[in-house]
Amino acid sequence: MSGNVVPKGTYLLVYLSLLGLTLFTTGAAFLNLGPLNPLVALTIAVSEAVRVLLFFMHVRTSDRLVWVFAAAGFLWLAILMSLTLSDVLTRGWQRFLL
Amino acid sequence: MSEDRSALAHQFHSLEQQFEASRLGMWLFLATEVMFFGGVFTALSVYHSSYARIFDEASRHLDLTLGAINTAVLISSSFTMAMAVRSVQLGERRRLGGYLAATIALGSLFLAIKFTEYFHKFEEHLVPGLHFSYPGPEAPRAQLFFSFYFTLTGLHALHMVIGVGILLVLLGGAAQGRYSSLYHSPVELSGLYWHFVDIVWIFIFPLLYLPGLRH
Repeated sequence: MSGNVVPKGTYLLVYLSLLGLTLFTTGAAFLNLGPLNPLVALTIAVSEAVRVLLFFMHVRTSDRLVWVFAAAGFLWLAILMSLTLSDVLTRGWQRFLL
Repeated sequence: MSEDRSALAHQFHSLEQQFEASRLGMWLFLATEVMFFGGVFTALSVYHSSYARIFDEASRHLDLTLGAINTAVLISSSFTMAMAVRSVQLGERRRLGGYLAATIALGSLFLAIKFTEYFHKFEEHLVPGLHFSYPGPEAPRAQLFFSFYFTLTGLHALHMVIGVGILLVLLGGAAQGRYSSLYHSPVELSGLYWHFVDIVWIFIFPLLYLPGLRH
């Protein structure tokens, strides 16, 4: 009814990779990478989220309409964040408030 | 086939179409949830851009060990939830019950650990508004960080409580043999919700617990 059944091994692999990435992001947080720290943390978080979306939430095997609905939420979030931060980050407030 | 017909509402042609309609509805709800949590995450990034140093310093007061353990617990619960959906797809009813029970147990463990963290914050006077005290002149900004901490983790915990409630209903339904390989939309859609709540935590953990660690 809901398309193909995902093999047990795939779920196990995704699960182990999520645990590994959690360890990795925690370890990376102890290193001083300067401005790269938040970038590394967010990249790993996005990579984890995509794994959950594609495999655990079956987006990979869902029809295109589901892809559109799933992408819509993140697209509007991207608009919210990019427009907000493009204002805030270009006002030069940060220097004074640090 | 009798089971087949009883689960099919009259406005749909087939169980397949009924499932696709309800799945799309769930994804629409999840898109509104992305915006709901996204607003708080955006506010956090705006204030972090201004108060980065004190926010990172305040984040060191969060319990990294408990936060990391909870991340692993929640990811494990997502795995057992995915296995629960797989079991019902294959018509393995006993396994469905087992995996649902495991997911409920892991979700409850997450909430118990979260509550322990909250209790420690209360003891350390780090709950905004309740005798909040923080050393140094930047206490109000530290309080702002903890407001974000309690807002984000509190909303997330609320979703977890609702999720555990939904899973308990599913466990009851599974015990009555209500779900089969032909009809299991409630299990699959609750799984989508559970995994979404997992994704929210996947962003909460690095954004709140990790920024203060580097030296």
